[in-house]
Amino acid sequence: MRVLVSMLAGSLFGAGLLISGMTDTTKVQGWLDVFGNWDPTLAFVMGGAILPMLIAWRMTAHRRPLTGGQFPKMSPPELDRRLIIGSVMFGMGWSLSGLCPGPAIASITYGGLGGLVFLAAMITGMFAAPGLGAQLDRSANAA
Amino acid sequence: MYIEWIWGLAGGLLIGLGAAVYLLGNGRIMGASGILGGLVDGSDRTLERLSFIAGVIATPLILSPLLSSAPMTHLTDNFAVIVIAGLLVGAGTRIANGCTSGHGVCGISRFSVRGIIATLIYIGAGGATIALMRHVWGLI
Repeated sequence: MRVLVSMLAGSLFGAGLLISGMTDTTKVQGWLDVFGNWDPTLAFVMGGAILPMLIAWRMTAHRRPLTGGQFPKMSPPELDRRLIIGSVMFGMGWSLSGLCPGPAIASITYGGLGGLVFLAAMITGMFAAPGLGAQLDRSANAA
Repeated sequence: MYIEWIWGLAGGLLIGLGAAVYLLGNGRIMGASGILGGLVDGSDRTLERLSFIAGVIATPLILSPLLSSAPMTHLTDNFAVIVIAGLLVGAGTRIANGCTSGHGVCGISRFSVRGIIATLIYIGAGGATIALMRHVWGLI
């Protein structure tokens, strides 16, 4: 059941990424490029995606997940080095390429060799992340 | 007239619907970096992660013949930029524990402080990067 839910969610996500144009790197870079030919599409995608989720979060108040267990608790509003530095790194890579993890996966069949190289580099970065994160924590403790 | 926003909104609704199905069905946050990163780390729920990724890859493949033109990513052909960007996206999203789907879509809709701050930071860093790289240095 959980596997089927995952596949349905992934299918909707993949369809949405394609239809919204978010696998097109020019649209993403266009959104970030406020000094160039600014493209507002991403704001509509974000707004459209947040709407069903506003309802979904409300629905979590008085029920349990369909397949059992608990809904994820909200993390305390603490800003640490990991959140800030990780998000800066992500923003830089996102802007250089026009790809974030979802679209990088969704476009694997039509992104060409460049798309595959991006995906391989992204997975390599994910392998390196625990070590880099621990290094950040150590430098935070030393400071 | 600018009509791309209709497709953006329609696609966005589908993304949000997927996130809602994942949350209400499995009780999990639909974050692309977390789902893929869990496979990299060898975390649990391998089959769920793989089936999610299979869905993400399969639907564009099935839907693309219905589009008026074949989908294109328009990714740069500068492989140095691609590799650096990929490393930054992979490491950054895992260190920050989220990307556009997890911190952005799922976090903002929950009014999560961390999600909102992360989103502001990656959009800010992205805007600054493209301003410098494209308009100041002319590199991309």
